[in-house]
Amino acid sequence: MPIESINDCVIRFANVNGSGSASANQLFARSIMRMGVPVAPRNIFPSNIQGLPTWYEVRVSEAGHRGARGGTDFMVAMNPQTWDKDVASIEPGGYLFYDSSRTVPDSKLREDIVVLGMPLTNICNREFTDPRQRNLFKNIMYVGALAALLDMDLAESEKLISEQFKGKEKLIAPNQKVLRMGYDLARETFQCPLPMRLRRSDKVGDAVFLDGNTAAGLGAVYGGATVCAWYPITPSTSLAEAFERYCNRLRVDPVTKQKKFGIVQAEDELASIGMVIGAGWNGARAFTATSGPGISLMQEFLGLAYFAEIPAVLFDVQRGGPSTGMPTRTQQSDILLAAYASHGDTKHVLLFPEDPHECFEFGALAFDLADRLQTPIFVMLDLDIGMNQHMCKPLKWDDTRNLDRGKVMSAADLDAAKDWGRYLDVDGDGIPYRTYPGTHPTKGAYFTRGTSRDRYARYTEEAAPYVDNMERLLHKFETAKTIVPAPEFRAAAQPTRLGVLYYGSTAPSMNEAAELLAKEGVHLDLMRVRAFPFSAEVTDFIAAHEQVFVVEQNRDAQLRTLLLAECSIDPAQLVKILNYDGNPITARFIRKAIVDHVERLSARSPKVHS
Amino acid sequence: MSYLAKPKFHHPDIETNELGFTHRDYEGSISTLCAGCGHDSISSAIMRACFELSLPPHRIAKLSGIGCSSKTPTYFLGQSHGFNSVHGRMPSVLTGANLANRDLIYLGVSGDGDSASIGFGQFAHSIRRGVNMVYIVENNGVYGLTKGQFSATSDRGSKSKRGVVNTDSAIDLAATALQLGATFVARSFSGDKSQLVPLIKAAIEHRGSAFIDCISPCVAFNNHEGSTRSFDYVRSHNAALNKLDYITGRAPITTDYEPGSTQVVKLHDGSTIRLSKIGADYDVHDRVAAMHHLHTRQATGEIVTGLIYLDGEPHDLHDSLNTVTTPLNELNTPDLTPGQKALDAINASLR
Ligand SMILES: Cc1ncc(C[n+]2csc(CCOP(=O)(O)OP(=O)(O)O)c2C)c(N)n1
Ligand code: SF4
Ligand SMILES: [Mg+2]
Repeated sequence: MPIESINDCVIRFANVNGSGSASANQLFARSIMRMGVPVAPRNIFPSNIQGLPTWYEVRVSEAGHRGARGGTDFMVAMNPQTWDKDVASIEPGGYLFYDSSRTVPDSKLREDIVVLGMPLTNICNREFTDPRQRNLFKNIMYVGALAALLDMDLAESEKLISEQFKGKEKLIAPNQKVLRMGYDLARETFQCPLPMRLRRSDKVGDAVFLDGNTAAGLGAVYGGATVCAWYPITPSTSLAEAFERYCNRLRVDPVTKQKKFGIVQAEDELASIGMVIGAGWNGARAFTATSGPGISLMQEFLGLAYFAEIPAVLFDVQRGGPSTGMPTRTQQSDILLAAYASHGDTKHVLLFPEDPHECFEFGALAFDLADRLQTPIFVMLDLDIGMNQHMCKPLKWDDTRNLDRGKVMSAADLDAAKDWGRYLDVDGDGIPYRTYPGTHPTKGAYFTRGTSRDRYARYTEEAAPYVDNMERLLHKFETAKTIVPAPEFRAAAQPTRLGVLYYGSTAPSMNEAAELLAKEGVHLDLMRVRAFPFSAEVTDFIAAHEQVFVVEQNRDAQLRTLLLAECSIDPAQLVKILNYDGNPITARFIRKAIVDHVERLSARSPKVHS
Repeated sequence: MSYLAKPKFHHPDIETNELGFTHRDYEGSISTLCAGCGHDSISSAIMRACFELSLPPHRIAKLSGIGCSSKTPTYFLGQSHGFNSVHGRMPSVLTGANLANRDLIYLGVSGDGDSASIGFGQFAHSIRRGVNMVYIVENNGVYGLTKGQFSATSDRGSKSKRGVVNTDSAIDLAATALQLGATFVARSFSGDKSQLVPLIKAAIEHRGSAFIDCISPCVAFNNHEGSTRSFDYVRSHNAALNKLDYITGRAPITTDYEPGSTQVVKLHDGSTIRLSKIGADYDVHDRVAAMHHLHTRQATGEIVTGLIYLDGEPHDLHDSLNTVTTPLNELNTPDLTPGQKALDAINASLR
């Protein structure tokens, strides 16, 4: 039986890297969004520029589920290299759409799926002479065909094409023509629409569609970053690029054409973080964007910034480790690396955005936090959030908000102050007052160093001032708990002894899994952790539940380790739920893992119910 | 933010500069280096240069890496902000600092271990980028602070204090800086203040990457016979290219120079350097000839000192980036944060 559904399916495109499929696939996803139907697309791509397989998966969900679902209902198989696997991965009753210009033997097909062949190459070769166009238009043509098969509104795709080629009007008509050809031919050839189809809805509202790296880069613009130093690495590169793009649009003096920002592509990550620290020391808001290998290289400098108390912002777009690992796959496996970066006793503030909306929000907030706490702030994205476009709430800014530069002494402040010492804890929150170089002719100068010093920044290796300083740093970290984004709590429909802690890109799948589980009678209180250090709400939440699942995307349960280490919790209370194969965690996976555990639990002790 | 220093009044016998500052106002805390260490002489040359240029000390930022040489910023310019960063990474920290505030004077102090070994990459790239700075390597051919291991600038054949002969080729930092596009390249000797002070002054006035490789003997670990960085060896092998006189635009020119033997170099602010040339046909504006000269003299075992190369029209990192003239660290919310209206337009483009 062919799959029947409305606004609820997963469509996967199997393409060849570099064949121009990306923009056609995006056109498809955005057309659905324009029909008011929520979509969640994901790129699955290799570390390669041309010729290797790539996939693009679009999950359509009227209910608004944004996590990866798992499984494929409809495969657009455009890559002969991966044909066998692609065909095998289709759910029974699913659909296969392929380019029938070359005949495919029956043995390469399946009986339990619907096969839809269209001679895309032949048509394009007949219609066009330019080899580039022949190739690109195959992609647009299948988008047209899908529109017919899935009962989409072709006008939305046409409109998107005219918007996309604004300024290059010559390209609009041929693209629209090919789109229409695919549409018409599908209607002639197949019984359109299929039982699995789409329908206009109103579930998108004012949502926007963007990737986390773009959002975070824009957040850095709004957060007042003026210095960016970075070294290219997947999956973070597009973050620095987005910052540059938006700065060129929003931060160039209209008269002089001079720039209110400086971006340096450094020679490596050591230099990137060095520049960020130098700029932060000198009073500019500065950041770097990198991934795990970059953070590994930055360790020594991060200890300096921690100890010398210099603001810095790092966007870590995590990928599969260790080593070069799976550079184009997603993981949340830099948590411990970032939390305790560098030698000696160090701890750092981490923020965990769940989607591009929060990437923007935290991307801006991180700079206030860095200035207020005078320390490095890590914004922990991952490849799934960073490089995939997600539907999310529109970006928001409060126009009355001013950049909070933290405790900085002006020349007048220095003149008025009775006593100033760089590392004096005047307010009892562990946060001292700093000066920018060049502020005052005779006051406020001090020596910044990574060696031990007293409260007046004088070098010392004596025990008491060293310990005094280290304790104050710890106290500052306590203060951080009260100003970082608070966790988000969602109570189960019924009182329950089971809780779940999760963070970052796990959120959409976790939310969906909780819905599924609630329907099966497994009720879960949810807490989405949004920052490290953990505030009291997190420890209270754990204390209030008999068992807490900690759901994350790494092998070693890194957030759980951090919770155990920082909050003195009985390990038996925290149950690991881990997916680290490089694919985004799915609701199906989480659901099954929790069900299995709950069953084991109730088999052992009948008193535990959800 | 340029808070101008008030002129001070002192005992009439004490030498003061245009700001009314005495030499004292340019000092730092007392040096803890070994007595006789070349690095201390460089510190006093820096103080002298800043005093003579009448620079307000608080408008200078001094940055360094790690090593005996990198400790020295504590021993001069006590009214300047200083930053002792990590080993070999002063150049990146200085680059970032310079990006944040283009109005300060940046003085980077490093050692030969700091710049030619662990920090060779950062040294090279900061110069390539044309960061507006004075970059001084206090070059003693050894790791002083870790007690006398050979550094990468140590000559092949040079003998360590324990009698071990260095078998690796030396990195010539001045030649490397030339190749990398430094717009001011000099070499000097901590024992020759009359050459070093004007060089530092000219380097400070230079608006681009100014690099000074300053031979600075380590009395504890590299001042013995057989070393090519000892005071005696450097004195007897010093091939000075020129003697120079740094003249600010304001000061009248008093010395007379023999025509033909001098090269007058105008700097961007109207001040001049007069070079009394020792080698008659040496032209400080010719990068290729300078490289050739360095290599030829080095082959004969000589140490070329003096102003090696100067680009009169330097181009710095801020020029390349076309940043605003206001220091980036003075920009605030209205300059930096575009507001909801701009965000509305962006939101609209994302649907
Ligand atoms: C990452 C790191 N590795 C090693 C050291 C140890 N160390 C301190 S100073 C130094 C060498 C300094 O040599 P140089 O720059 O020539 O300075 P000098 O003491 O000779 O003036 C070394 C290896 C360090 N501080 N950091
Ligand atoms: S060890 Fe050498 S470089 Fe260090 S202070 Fe002593 S003489 Fe100077
Ligand atoms: Mg040395």
